Amino acid sequence: MAKETGIMSWKSLNLGIAITKPGCAADLKTGDWRSMRPETDRKKCTKCGQCYIFCPDMVYSKDAEGYYVQNYYYCKGCGICAKECPVDAITMHQEVE
Amino acid sequence: MSKRVGVEVSIAAADAVGLCDVDVVAAYPITPQTHIVEHLSELVAEGHLDAEFVPVESEHSAMSACIGSSAAGARTFTSTCSQGYALMSELCYIASSLRLPIVMAVANRALSAPISIWNDHADLMYARDSGWIQVIGENGQEIVDLTIAAFRIAEDPKVLLPVQVNLDGFTLSHMIEPIMMPDKKEVKKFLPPYKPQLRLDPANPVTLGPVGMPDVYTEARKAQDEALKSSKAEIVKVFNEFGKQFGRKYNLIETYKSEDAETIIVTMGSISQTAMTAVDAMRDKGKKVGVVRIRVFRPFPADEFFAAIKGAKNLVILDRVTSFTGGYISGPVCLEIKSILYDRKHYPKIGNFLAGLGGRDVTDQNFVEMVDKVAASKDGGVPLAYEFINVRE
Repeated sequence: MAKETGIMSWKSLNLGIAITKPGCAADLKTGDWRSMRPETDRKKCTKCGQCYIFCPDMVYSKDAEGYYVQNYYYCKGCGICAKECPVDAITMHQEVE
Repeated sequence: MSKRVGVEVSIAAADAVGLCDVDVVAAYPITPQTHIVEHLSELVAEGHLDAEFVPVESEHSAMSACIGSSAAGARTFTSTCSQGYALMSELCYIASSLRLPIVMAVANRALSAPISIWNDHADLMYARDSGWIQVIGENGQEIVDLTIAAFRIAEDPKVLLPVQVNLDGFTLSHMIEPIMMPDKKEVKKFLPPYKPQLRLDPANPVTLGPVGMPDVYTEARKAQDEALKSSKAEIVKVFNEFGKQFGRKYNLIETYKSEDAETIIVTMGSISQTAMTAVDAMRDKGKKVGVVRIRVFRPFPADEFFAAIKGAKNLVILDRVTSFTGGYISGPVCLEIKSILYDRKHYPKIGNFLAGLGGRDVTDQNFVEMVDKVAASKDGGVPLAYEFINVRE
């Protein structure tokens, strides 16, 4: 898991808060925006990969068994995967913490 | 060798930019700034200046192009005023936050409505909180010198902030004055080539202007505020070096017969020359009057200003803009000064006068009236907030 960034002293910011390391947006924890969490029912899932294709933030990745799993560090809970899943294996659940 | 020439101040300002070997000029013409931009486009077209002149379609585009070229590491200049500044202001805030050393001449003009092409400080004050360094010239020589110094200040590795050189529209921009123009060799000696710390470079990619989430925005603003704060010392250093090389020494705050003055007139820009004429006449009649002129408005040199006025019993403070406080709070220059005085527990009598709005003349007699009014006032004799000068009832 990437470490959280953005928590730093004003003295250590780059000039004009420029970003000098490409791809560092991956370090930003954006999953804490989420109010609804997508969960996959593996009994229904056909491993078709529609969730992986439609996710706008590349949250899904394939595990060893071929299922697509969510990375909740980035997932903002938009619900597109649940809407697009052709077998309704993905459902949205209220975040409780 | 410097050469003494008789020249319109706008043309001289453009020539000064040329002497600074600027790489990119992106600007849109607007009265009374037009001659500056026109002359720069001539210099480029006729091959006297090896620079890109970008004839943009608006001031918004002008500052956008300037941000791009400065971010690529080019020495960049633009010029505008009034409505043009208002249109580009969105980008001006970005230029300072990205720490881009753009230099901009502002031929100060009133803001609409009513439409006015004439001089006051509405655009200067519109830019007050934009994070730019703001310097204000009194005469043509000063505009040339401040323009050259502005590039050096802006590009100083300890500063890296954009600089506005303010010259009063018409009353300064269109005057023909005797000016010592330095030659290119001298300017080159004073102004080394710009070495950007960070720039857009395909071989070494960076992102400029990213989103700042709530957990970094405060830190970004603090860093920018500190940069402007610490720029004051570097401005003084650059002014000192300029003085050493060219023999014309500039200070953050300029004084005229203020040492023993009971009443001090506080001014900015070309109107200070009228104030000095008035002071000479009043001194002849035995009145102890002086002038303190603010040359650098951002960062505001509070200590230097306080040192210059602390001996005076009365202050006549000019504001050349209506800032619409509803009449309850002073104009912007006076507001700064009252804030400085409160912090130092020092309370002279103050008269804040709104004068020279939208090109209205301010005469030396007006200064005499303002001085007498404040000197004669008891508490409450002068309106607490401000008073319009020369307004017809």
